[in-house]
Amino acid sequence: MLTYTLRRLLLAIPTLLLISLVIFFLVDLAPGSPASEIPLTVPPDVRAKILESMGINQPVYVRYLLWLKQFFYVEPLNGIDALFGTSFADGMQRIISYQTRGPVFSLIGERIPQTLKVIGTAYLVGVLIAVPIGIYSAYRQYSWFDQAGTLLAMIGFSVPTFFSGTLLIIIFSVMLGWFPTKYDTTLVVTDWASFVKQIKQMTLPVMTLGLANAAAISRYMRSSMLENMGHDYVRTARAKGMSERTVVLKHVLRNSMIPVVTVIALGIPSIFGGAIITENLFGVNGIGSALIGAIHGNDLPMVQTLAFIFAILIVLFNLIADVLYGLLDPRIRYD
Amino acid sequence: MPDGAAPVLAVRGLRTVFRTRGGEIHAVNDVSFHLERGELLGVVGESGSGKSVTMMSLIGLLPMPPAEIRAGTVMLGDQDLLRITPDALRDVRGAKVGFVFQDPMTSLNPVFNVGFQIAEPLRRHMGLTKAQAADRAVELLELVGIPDARKRLGDYPHQFSGGMRQRVMIAIALACDPDVLIADEPTTALDVTIQAQILELVKELRQKLGMAIIWITHDLGVIAGIADRVMVMYGGQVVEQAPVKDLFANPQHPYTRALLKTIPSLTGARADRLQVIEGQPPIMTAAPTACAFRDRCTHRFARCDAENPQRRSLDARPVGFGHDVACHWTPEAADA
Repeated sequence: MLTYTLRRLLLAIPTLLLISLVIFFLVDLAPGSPASEIPLTVPPDVRAKILESMGINQPVYVRYLLWLKQFFYVEPLNGIDALFGTSFADGMQRIISYQTRGPVFSLIGERIPQTLKVIGTAYLVGVLIAVPIGIYSAYRQYSWFDQAGTLLAMIGFSVPTFFSGTLLIIIFSVMLGWFPTKYDTTLVVTDWASFVKQIKQMTLPVMTLGLANAAAISRYMRSSMLENMGHDYVRTARAKGMSERTVVLKHVLRNSMIPVVTVIALGIPSIFGGAIITENLFGVNGIGSALIGAIHGNDLPMVQTLAFIFAILIVLFNLIADVLYGLLDPRIRYD
Repeated sequence: MPDGAAPVLAVRGLRTVFRTRGGEIHAVNDVSFHLERGELLGVVGESGSGKSVTMMSLIGLLPMPPAEIRAGTVMLGDQDLLRITPDALRDVRGAKVGFVFQDPMTSLNPVFNVGFQIAEPLRRHMGLTKAQAADRAVELLELVGIPDARKRLGDYPHQFSGGMRQRVMIAIALACDPDVLIADEPTTALDVTIQAQILELVKELRQKLGMAIIWITHDLGVIAGIADRVMVMYGGQVVEQAPVKDLFANPQHPYTRALLKTIPSLTGARADRLQVIEGQPPIMTAAPTACAFRDRCTHRFARCDAENPQRRSLDARPVGFGHDVACHWTPEAADA
């Protein structure tokens, strides 16, 4: 297993290099230039100097190699410096956003906690709701509970978040006044009162996204449970006199979790990708809105860096899903 | 077979119905039989004759719904298994009644090692600790002839061959020293040499442990070699029941005779074609009011359409204890 994991990690390097190449050149091909953001009143010579300071005049392969060096060398060193107060990266050029003129990674560092807090909680809530619903729906197939679960999943699947989110705002914020309509990013949790406030402002976005996540995962869980429920080994477990609880929650669940764990693991990168619409709707100043803003502003380094980070996460969680698969299913061996 | 002693298992008037969208299927119709202590009862019949459903009805292994047990008593000792609570029934399953299923490839849970799967009933029914259960599991694996038993406890089912897996299944069924072992076509999914090994194993275990066995099969050759008594089932009913020698020497029911004729002979003139029983077994959409076999029977006459034959004794002993048959036809009826 360890050898397999190491081999997969090594194989990830060429994969990621190829992805970085594609991302960098594709984004670079996009029409528009950061120069168009500079007002026309700026004299041409100043304009040229601004562009030069951005490094745009250099050929694309130079910029690519520079970006690679910054991404894999300078930025990690910066991270170490920030963590341990060292100064390895002093004087080295970091990846700079065209828009803010600040380092891209500082911007991401500002945005990611908001996204993780809201979208991550929503994913966790979705999984925690979906797994029990899926198990019980399958155990009592076609019962009223199963029908209700199917209806809920259908709603979660088919109603877009901009609708369900707005609906929740109208009901719970406008009509009932229980929760705020906007997420306040500047809120810092220091005591009980601010903690309650944080929970309150998270509730609606988490519910909106949680419903959508739970819909998909509960369906996977249900169908996987149903498939396993009909297997012969379930009858064997019953014939041994095991309780229904043991039969369902041990024998069937352990087998049913194998595909579901993979689905859950593969869904995790999407948390970091943020949920652009939901973030916008509730005013969560997260990574999704940062990406949209960067695309609008022709902020190529920002777009390239974010896209590449998502790619790394996807490759990483693919690997994690495969390793989990091998841990859960003894029939799968990676030697 | 001592006739006087109380049987270990006595089934009376069992009726099992499946409720489906297309209507009811009467899978088991008024089945009665008993099992003596230490006896091996063979149950024969083609697919759909109700043999497996009967045995699964006994210990509540059928999914309900769609299955429904309409009538009957199943006495195991002094307990009626159809009238005890689900919890009490779970205490019986795996402890007093062991079950071995047809397909050893799918009957074991693929994600748990066999040590765990054997230990489960031991810990549940006998209250053994983990270590005690592991020791007993090693004993059981050795008993069913698996070499290197202690090492193999941590192995998963996919690391065993089909025959070895069936041995593990038998070890699980025997774990708590059951009074009754129900084997539902345990050798059907195995190739012939492995079949023979498993048969030998069961014969040997029977001598060592002395439990009573119900052996379900459609293979009459297996029955001839292993059973004390045979029960032939058709259309969810017992159509003939006799000690094994009587049944093979003097089959009475036209279905039993037809079944025996389908066994290809190795000696004598070579037959052109294999013997078959023409037609399909019936799908019982209602409780039978006529003979279930009449459409395929060569002796069919008026009474077969009017009345479902009841089991009648062919010797002095009561029905179920000697040789009995459920058929209207007699040599006298043929003359009339």
